[in-house]
Order: sequence, then C-alpha cells, then structure tokens
Amino acid sequence: MSEVTETPAAERAAKLPAQSPPVDPAETAAAGHAATGRLSWWRGDGGEGARRNLGLIGVLVALIVIGIVTRPDLYGDSSWVWSNFLTILKLASVVGVVTVGMTFVIIGGGIDLSVGAIVALAGVWATTVATQSYGAGGMIFCALTVGLGVGLVNGLLISYGRLVPFIATLAMLVAARGLAAEISNKQTQVSDNNTINSIASTNLLGIPLLVYILAAVVIAGWVLLNRTTFGRRTVAVGGNPEAARLAGINVKRHTLLLYALSGLCCGIAAIMLTAQATSAQAAMANLYELDAIAAAIIGGTLLSGGRGTIIGSLLGVIIFSTITNLFAINGLSTEAQNMVKGGIIVAAVLVQQVHFRSLTQFLSRNRLTTT
Amino acid sequence: MSEREEGAVTGGHASPADGGAEGPGVDAPLVEAPADAVAGEVVLRLTDVVKTFPGVRALDGVQLEVRAGEVHCLLGQNGAGKSTLIKVLSGVHRPDSGQVEWRGQPVTFPNPQAAMRAGIATIYQELDLVEDLSVAENAFLGHEPRRFGFVRRGHMARRTRQILGRLGHAEIPPNRMVRSLPAAGKQVVSMARALSHEARLIIMDEPSAVLAHDEVGNLFRIIRELTAQGIAVIYISHRLEEIREIGDRVTVLKDGRTTAANLPARDTPTRDLVSRMTGRTIEYVFPERAAAAEPAGADLLEVRGLTRSGEFADVSLRVRAGEIVGIAGLVGSGRSELLETIYGARRAEAGTVRMGGRVLRPGSVGAAVRAGMGMAPEERKSQALLLGEPIYRNVTLATFARYARAGFTDAGRERAEADRIADSLELRPRDVRRPVRTLSGGNQQKVVVGRWLLGDTKLLLLDEPTRGVDVGARAELYQVIRSLAEQGVGVLLVSSEVPEVLGLADRVLVMREGRVVREAPAGELDENTVLDLVMAGSLMEGAAA
Repeated sequence: MSEVTETPAAERAAKLPAQSPPVDPAETAAAGHAATGRLSWWRGDGGEGARRNLGLIGVLVALIVIGIVTRPDLYGDSSWVWSNFLTILKLASVVGVVTVGMTFVIIGGGIDLSVGAIVALAGVWATTVATQSYGAGGMIFCALTVGLGVGLVNGLLISYGRLVPFIATLAMLVAARGLAAEISNKQTQVSDNNTINSIASTNLLGIPLLVYILAAVVIAGWVLLNRTTFGRRTVAVGGNPEAARLAGINVKRHTLLLYALSGLCCGIAAIMLTAQATSAQAAMANLYELDAIAAAIIGGTLLSGGRGTIIGSLLGVIIFSTITNLFAINGLSTEAQNMVKGGIIVAAVLVQQVHFRSLTQFLSRNRLTTT
Repeated sequence: MSEREEGAVTGGHASPADGGAEGPGVDAPLVEAPADAVAGEVVLRLTDVVKTFPGVRALDGVQLEVRAGEVHCLLGQNGAGKSTLIKVLSGVHRPDSGQVEWRGQPVTFPNPQAAMRAGIATIYQELDLVEDLSVAENAFLGHEPRRFGFVRRGHMARRTRQILGRLGHAEIPPNRMVRSLPAAGKQVVSMARALSHEARLIIMDEPSAVLAHDEVGNLFRIIRELTAQGIAVIYISHRLEEIREIGDRVTVLKDGRTTAANLPARDTPTRDLVSRMTGRTIEYVFPERAAAAEPAGADLLEVRGLTRSGEFADVSLRVRAGEIVGIAGLVGSGRSELLETIYGARRAEAGTVRMGGRVLRPGSVGAAVRAGMGMAPEERKSQALLLGEPIYRNVTLATFARYARAGFTDAGRERAEADRIADSLELRPRDVRRPVRTLSGGNQQKVVVGRWLLGDTKLLLLDEPTRGVDVGARAELYQVIRSLAEQGVGVLLVSSEVPEVLGLADRVLVMREGRVVREAPAGELDENTVLDLVMAGSLMEGAAA
C-alpha cells in the first residue's frame, strides 16, 4: 500500500497501523518496546526450552556423580578429570555435528534416516586415490559437496517428489551405503593426507580441534535457528505447514533446504571421522542416524515438528557420550551400555510427556479466564 | 447401492406408519412400530442443554424431543449448534448444564462408546469407516462376535448379511472391501454398523450431501424401513425439500437455542421455518458506513471464468480498492474453495486472477502475497496459527522476513510491530509474548487479521471471520474490517451468516452449487431474498405454496 488516503474524520482508522512497509526506526523506539527487544539475545531458546535444558544438565550432573562414586580413585586426579572431560567432548563431536542438522530436519517436521550413510559415502568419496591427489582442500571440498548433494536429493524427493521423509531417507540409507561400498570396493581406504589426519590430533590451547569444530557448528546452528529467517521458517513449516503456506512461505523450498543442511553437516562429520580413523570405509558411521535422532529427542525436540532447541540436542549428545565414558572407565560391556541408553531415551520422553500434559492442563484452565 | 435397480421411491408420501408390519424376517429384535409413529413413546428428551467452549456459547438452552419411529429434523444455519448438539448426543461432548433423558432415564455419556452401547448411533457426514476393511468388519468394528478370542468370521458375515437385508441392500457382499463401494454404499455400511449395535436412535448429519440425486430416494426408503421398525431418526439437512419429504417433525436451532420445537415437517410454511432460522437473537452491531462511499478507485482484483470441477464453475468477480464484497452461500456452495483458489492455495483449472491488472501465477500463494493479497482462512487453528508460538511471531508470520537484515530476524522490531497491532485491535491479553493457544477465539482471529495489517496488503480475503467469535469481539472485528476499507484496502468476505454479509459488504454475490446466482449492491438485497437464493429453488416453491 504505497499511498493511503487518510479519512480525516475517522478517528478509529487512525488507530490502525499505517499500511506503509518502511517503518521509521525512531518511531519503533518511540513505541517504548526497545527494552523488551534488548532482552531477546539471551532469551533465544525460550523459557520452556531453557527449563527443559536445566533438567538435562541435572541428568549430566547425576551421571558425573555416579562416576565419582564408582571411580573415586580416578576423580581424585584433577588432570585426569580434565582430560576425561575433553575425551567425552571429542567422543561427542562427530555425532554432535550430525545431530545439529538432524535437529533442523525434525523441527521442520521431517526425519533423516540417511545421515550415517551420507557420512560414509562422503568419507569414502573423499579418500579415493583420485580425490586425495587434490590434497586436503580437495578432500574437504569433496566431502562437503557429496554431503550437500545427497541432502539435496533427499530434499527433492521429499518436497517435490512428495515421498514420505521416512521412506525417502530410508531408501537413501540403503543406496548411499551401497554406493560407498561400490566406490571403495569394500576396502578400507587409508588417508595419506597428514593435514586431514592432523584434524583429529591437533590441540589448540589444550583443547582438541574436533571440539572447536563441534562448538562452531553448534553456535552456527543456534544462531541459524534462533536469529534468522531460516530458523523462523523451520519452526513455522514444522509447527503448522498449512499456516506457513497460507502466510506465503515457500514450504517446499524450505523443506528442500533443511535436508540439504543435514547433508552438509554429514559432510563436515565425514571429514572429522575420517581424520579420527585416518581412513574411511563403507561401514563407517554405522547407526549414527539412531544416535542423532535419540539425542535430539531427549534434548526436547518434538518428533512431530515445530519445537526443539540446539542446546538441548547438544546436551543429549553429551549425555550419551558421558554414559559411554562412564561404562568405559568402569570396564563394563557395551551391551549393558546400550540397555541403559535405551532406558534413558524412554525416561526422557516420559518425563517430557508428563511435563507437557501438565502444561496443557494449566493452559486450558487459564484459557477460560482470558476470554 | 447403485448396482441395484430401484424404482422411484421418492414419489409417494409413504407414511412411516404404513410400514409397521414390513420388517424383513430377521432375527434381530424388532420393536413393533406403533400405529401412529409420531405418537410413539418419547425416547429422547433434552431440557435446557448448555455447552460452552472458550469464547463461545455453542449450545445455549436446547430443547429437543424425539419419539420412537419418527424422523425428527434439525434445522439451523451454520454455527447454530447442530454439530455440537450431535456431539453431546453421541458422547463426544458432555453438556455443562441441562438434562439429557434417554428412554426415561437421565443420562450423561462419558464417551462415544457409552452412547453407542445405550443405542444411539451417529452417522457423520464424513463417514468414519475403515476403507481397507471389509463391509462386515466395518459393521462390527470394535464389537466383533468372538469365541475364545477369535473373530467368528462366518457368523459375522451372516449377521452382516441379515442387517444389509433389513436395510434392503442384500446385494452388498459382506466380504467386499469398503474402499471399492460408491458413496451411497458406504453410507449403507455406516447404517449397518448402527444396526449392529441395536441402535434405537440414529443421528444422520447431512446424509444426502454425499449422494447423487437418484440415490437420495434410496436413502429415504431405508429411513422409512428403519422408522417402521420403531427406530427414531434425527435427520439434519440444509435442503428443505428433503425435510418436507422424509421428516415428521422439525426442531429449529438458532445461535445455540431452540427457536421452534416439534413443528409438523410437511405443513409448516417455509416462511415460518426460515424466519425461525434467521430471526435475530444475536445483535449484530455494524459500524456506521462512511457516508457517500464514492465508488472508490480502480479494479483491484479481477477474477474471470475461474473454474475447479466439482467445486465451482465459471466465477467472475471484481473488487475495487476500498470496497467490501461479500459472498453469501452455504457450506458446499464452493465459496471457501473459490477464496482459496483466488489466493493460489488451490490451482484453478480454468480462468484468471488479476491483481492490479496483472495476471497471477495460478496455484502460487507466494505470488498472491507478493501482489498484495492476504487471507484469513476458514479454520483458524489448523490453517492459520502456530498455537504454541508467541502472539508476536504469529502476527509477523507473513512479514518477519521484511524486518530482517541480511537474513537475521529483528525480534525487537517484530514485537514492536505486533504491539502496535495489538493496541489497534484491542487484543486481550495484551502481552504479545504469550502463546496464541491461550487466547479466546475472537482474539485469535484478531491475530490472524492483524497479520495482514502489517506489510502492504491491498486485498484481504476473509473466510468466515466471525466463526466461533463472541459478540463483543465480533463488533470489534467489523469495525476493523470497515476501517481497513476506508483506508483503501479491498475486502472479499465469505460468511454463512447472511446478516453479516448484508451489514458489512457494499456489494453481495450469492453462491449456490458452485455458481454465482446473483450479484447486487447490498442495499438492494434483504435477508429473506438471499436465503431464498442460497437454499435453492425448493424454498421458492415452498414460499409460493
């Protein structure tokens, strides 16, 4: 509405907002809500999400207490505690990067079962003799491109091919691992590139480079989800796709981008994992999809979409790697560890359901008074 | 059903009483129909039933009396409370106050199963059948005859065949998949399910809506057979001709209240029925129209020959800047579908939509929004709102990208804009950080309309903007719509409430069965004329009689 004909007599009309899009910043400030605007930087994940994250931190503290009780000898040594802490973070780094992408996909109302397979394909492709001849840069570029490309294919199948995300990414899981096996000829491909291999062994200021990469991806993911139009569209598309569509949001294109983002995260993870193993093979990153989905879910991401936090997902991943670590320092089997993990997933979801139900009850009680 | 050659049953007025001895030889217990069906015992009596939802009194004192063996018709406009009443009777909702008496006993059904067990079956418009189960499995869904935990399939098929025979449709094979049946056949299966529960009262919600004209005759024949067996039927329809043909008595609802009870279905003059349906119990408060509303500017929206088969055909209309155009029509007249097609949410099969002279890409909401359209859809909760998100994010859902810098959203600016909207629309509660879920229906609607007050909306499409909105908020919404028009925004408004369309719009289009049947300035039409047009020719006949 470029031109608005003001009806002089209509007092009420004047109360309606002006129809012109450019709003003077001074006018906005004059509205007196600048103070609430300033709070927004730390309120990002929302009050409810923050409270849920506190619960996760409580779980983490409990796990550490169990560690102290079961191995007081180790926890007595402060240098061991620090290095063990870094071990846990390093353990969490690769799955953590994948989980960030997965969190976006799930908040956007989808699911990506192919992440483990994409990591394997990107890793294998980046370590072929031909790719390695281009050096570290070529290998990184290859892994990222493969991840992004496979993610785009997923997205195209789901948004424009109208396949159910579960089916499309399940098919991709099978196909990408098959292609990885074909490319590698079912062999383990050793990485001869020292720059790549050093990604896993380098420490900066006493902290592993892998942890920095995880931190960078998490921060980028947090900003993307909470501070950008992309994040807002993700929540809208996952929360109510019809409302998003009728508000003029291109739901299909956004869905496509979400899977591309997940694929890109897998590309980054592929480099990290290849560096850790100094090799790549078609069976690598096995069942990462389940770890990533489980971490997102216990982190409070709603499987039906529309709600979730990056910090919650990160805490989910760290809880899992702390459990692994706890079993390792006590010399217990991975079988027992998996049973505990399963129990934790169920418990986390149960706790959230109870929490959610009491919240909706509270709201429905209050709704009557607000009419 | 369609496979069966059936004579024109539609013709003669077979009184339900005639069929007393006609029950087919079936082992199911039959209640002998009394000599005069309408004089049968009262099976259901509702006294002062009230049901409120947040922000709206859906039922506000309903009286209803249904006797065994009669077809009792419920008449009322959209939003009159018919659906809520059905849900109360079928155990989906519990009434807040008032009494439901079923076969002499006061009852409250805690859930639909309880109502079913008590003998009240409901056949919804969208039939609730499992498409990939057989006819017999659907008929006995949830109460399959069992022995040692195994379903007695043979027995179930036999009983289904008996019931289908009782319904006069023995030709439907019990083992046929429901998916493969035509709509009429599915309806028969729904009725078979009701009979498998030994239902004493069957509620039919617009059963003829899914049927072709010749199949309606068959439906009526079945209804007559049911009533002849002493079963009571509550029949809901918008079509007066059907009520005249099949009904015994009529109860009229208006704004959640019974405005007339137990009128004789055949003899009550149409004028009486219509005035009971539309008689104003809600005071519509329309803002003063700005005097000398000059014919405004150029054409903003021009729709030419828009068609979607089965929904609407060859619709042309125009909306000028600053003009409010209202579309009156019932559900199923194609009005909501038309609005969504203009908006690009559905793809037109033929015809064009022009905004400011430029043709819009069909089937693209993005193109419509960029051209300056905004829409408040019919279903607020499922089509317009992110219920768990804060109010301000819902208000800026269509505009947050404008306030963003290099892709980074500006939450402070968004809240300020939303605050401005909240002030001007008098949103309550006022805190824009509260989740939209906590608002009443009227305030939720303000959020949806407010969304399009931001940005540069030139044309606002409103689909049932006051559905589920209380009286106070209604008046406020009317005020908002009117002042938008005064600022030069074009408004295309769809409503099933005729007074609303007439009171608000400058020009009115009346739609029936997918076509525009009348276009006139609002001043030249009155409520009865529009209702006559909306409710098809039957009314004109009735009025002439």
